[in-house]
Amino acid sequence: MALNGIQIFKLTPKKNCKECGCPTCMAFSMKVAQGAMKIEQCPHMSEDALASLSEATAPPMKTIKIGTGAEELTLGGETVLFRHEKTFVNKSRYAVELCTCMDDAAVDAKLAEIPKVDYDRIGERMYAELVYVNCDAEATADKYTALVQKAAALGRTMILGCSDPEIAKAALEVCKDNKPVLNGANASNYEAMNAVATAAGVVLGVSGKDLNELYDTTAALEKLGNKNLVLDVTGADVKETFGNAVQVRRAALKDQDRTFGYPSIVNLAKIAGGDYHLQAALAAVFTMKYGSIIVMERMTYAEALPLYGLRQNVFTDPQKPMRVEPGIYPMNGADENSLVVTTVDFALTYFLVSGELERSGVPLNLVINDAGGLSVLTSWAAGKFSGNSISAFFKENVEPKVKSRRLVIPGKVAVLKGDLEAKLPGWEIIVGPREAVQLVKFLKDLDA
Amino acid sequence: MPFNQKPQKFNAKINTVTVGTGDKAVTIGGNSTFPFYTFDAPTENSPKIGVEITDMGLDDFAPGIKAYYEGCTTMAEIAQKAAAMEGGDFVVLNLEGGDPNGVNKSTEELIAIVKEVADAIDCPLVVEGCKNVEKDAELLPKVAEALQGRNVIVMSEKEENYKAIGAAAGLAYNQIVGAESADDINLAKQLNVVTTQLGVDAKKIVMNVGTATVGYGYEYVVSTMDRIKGAALSQNDNMLQMPIITPVSSETWGVKESVATEEDMPEWGSEDERGIDMEVMTAAADLAAGSDAVILRHPESVKTIAKMIKALV
Ligand code: B12
Ligand code: SF4
Repeated sequence: MALNGIQIFKLTPKKNCKECGCPTCMAFSMKVAQGAMKIEQCPHMSEDALASLSEATAPPMKTIKIGTGAEELTLGGETVLFRHEKTFVNKSRYAVELCTCMDDAAVDAKLAEIPKVDYDRIGERMYAELVYVNCDAEATADKYTALVQKAAALGRTMILGCSDPEIAKAALEVCKDNKPVLNGANASNYEAMNAVATAAGVVLGVSGKDLNELYDTTAALEKLGNKNLVLDVTGADVKETFGNAVQVRRAALKDQDRTFGYPSIVNLAKIAGGDYHLQAALAAVFTMKYGSIIVMERMTYAEALPLYGLRQNVFTDPQKPMRVEPGIYPMNGADENSLVVTTVDFALTYFLVSGELERSGVPLNLVINDAGGLSVLTSWAAGKFSGNSISAFFKENVEPKVKSRRLVIPGKVAVLKGDLEAKLPGWEIIVGPREAVQLVKFLKDLDA
Repeated sequence: MPFNQKPQKFNAKINTVTVGTGDKAVTIGGNSTFPFYTFDAPTENSPKIGVEITDMGLDDFAPGIKAYYEGCTTMAEIAQKAAAMEGGDFVVLNLEGGDPNGVNKSTEELIAIVKEVADAIDCPLVVEGCKNVEKDAELLPKVAEALQGRNVIVMSEKEENYKAIGAAAGLAYNQIVGAESADDINLAKQLNVVTTQLGVDAKKIVMNVGTATVGYGYEYVVSTMDRIKGAALSQNDNMLQMPIITPVSSETWGVKESVATEEDMPEWGSEDERGIDMEVMTAAADLAAGSDAVILRHPESVKTIAKMIKALV
């Protein structure tokens, strides 16, 4: 954690030579502690001192990169336990599990299913970024390598769940360039696994029978010089796994214990296998609480739609509302005589509404008001989406450009109808449905 | 050097509130840790699940929920079937039909339904208003009166109508007051303060601090609950120590992901599965953020969340 001035002073050469611009080494140390100067501004610091300083000032949780090219993912690097304290930075990533214990048909079906979920939500690509390839106890190196090869063809970053160093080595031969994770180090094999992972240049996943063993093994790997790690916190059951995930993250961020300052893997296929709905529930829980990689048996639209929505919410920066530019957005080949539809400038609302409007195929002009980046009812409650603000915006920006005088307003602000009729003379105000999903039918009926 | 496990101990806890009477009464709250942090201290009462029905009958329910109630024709039958749902702890009656901007049922008509439901079941009951503040101010005091002795939660008390609802439910008829605010720790606290200033016992208040479906502005729900639990436990703020009850189903069953038919969105697959997961994941996230009770509809969601709670506690 951040060092204080005295601790930094102990590491300076204590020459008081003033080359850093400070009258004394002590004054310099105080400035560094406050963040006003950088330690490198003293030309006389020893290598050792610099090393121990960078160690001491390193962030509590490491940032680990896996995958390559467009599929490179960043894990960890979190600084707070609750998003309102600042923000969460690197979102949870989801893996679908394949196993040598599955028959070929099941593997093929899974591999065909995975790419089907791939869509855009408010500018973010939603898909299962990872494939977890599990090696069961019976599998041979040939069998496992064949499965890894098959999975690799999907082009997603892989996690190799394998604790046999020989088999792992063989499998890495065929896929190490894609920078998978090798998840399989434990108290009894960590030296050999470390050698395999480091030789292949991949991140190593560590597990333990309990938190103490996980801690000791992680410390032992660090001692061997490997800090390119992720921690598999999956325990014997759901309760233990949740306890591990929370305590590992809390130890790193709250108690500054860097040995646990690594991203985590939570394997739901292990603790809730066979029950898709329970896995869905737990995927939500571990997205909220500290799963960096969450392994599931499947990722169909049923899981993806709520889960990716949750993740997008939890990992947005609380300091920056997502907004779109106010203005007129002609859609489906609209011209100045086309129907006018209005909503707010909150990115989520815009995304949902414009998607449905597009689907309707009806030519129209979508007018986005300046509503402070808030949802329909929130901005209405805050007085930012009112008869006054909408009519002012329309008079200034819409009336000079659009000839149509038919306006559809969101159903949730039906109360604005009278007010708008009074403030926008000549306009026909039509109350739309409450939810965007009803827009397609509504617009078709309106046309008819 | 072994791992230095540092449990987080708080000298404060969430109030314990018992709903209903007799054998089937349920107790919510009472915990002194963040949700499911059993490694810090044992969980006093595990979170509870309400099964939601509405005065509008089954018409607006998704097909998968309707199927569960097949054969029920009266509100009494629907209520009994809801009370029998596996994993459910109490029944929640939503009076949405009272909304003047909607069906606008009269208070008398709704009270008759409330009585029919209450007489049909012996498990705890929770009643939600229609959300129109004026109508609720008239309707909910009558609900509190009609259910005297049942120790129910009367939800939907808001800043705009707390005097009418708080006084009737919390004072005159000795029910539990469900105080509703919109995703803001200060508003939640303020409503508790003014409600207790009416003379309502702080231990007879539960909070609905705001809700949304995952993906729909849900980040505010998370942060509001995180902050409320944090203040309740670490600052021992007794105006934020009321248990949190969160209506989930009334939010999740309206969004496109749950209602779009498979015909409309063929690539999305089964409508029932999507609706269930939307409800399940929102409920799971609410519980992980701090809800002491959630309100659901689909039998599969209720079963799954009950299983999850059991696995975590
Ligand atoms: C998140 C949230 C907030 C966030 C704002 C985030 C944001 N960027 O908007 C914060 C915490 C800041 C907030 C603040 C407030 N909020 Co607020 N908030 C919510 C919440 C939980 C979700 C809103 C949301 O994101 N919805 C999702 C978006 C996509 O919905 P939408 O914009 O309405 O769009 C949908 C439809 O309207 C429709 N649609 C949209 N455009 C169009 C156009 C046409 C033509 C058609 C046909 C349809 C259509 O399609 C969309 C999808 O179906 C809601 C409760 C809820 N569950 O909805 C309360 C809610 C909106 N808030 C409310 C209130 C009172 C407030 C505050 C005044 C009080 C407070 N909490 O301090 C403040 C006001 C803001 C201020 N002074 O700055 C109330 C409003 C009450 C009412 N009925 O008027 C609500 C309903 C909560 C409640 N039940 O009391 N809020
Ligand atoms: S340059 Fe270094 S040695 Fe010289 S006074 Fe500054 S801190 Fe001390």
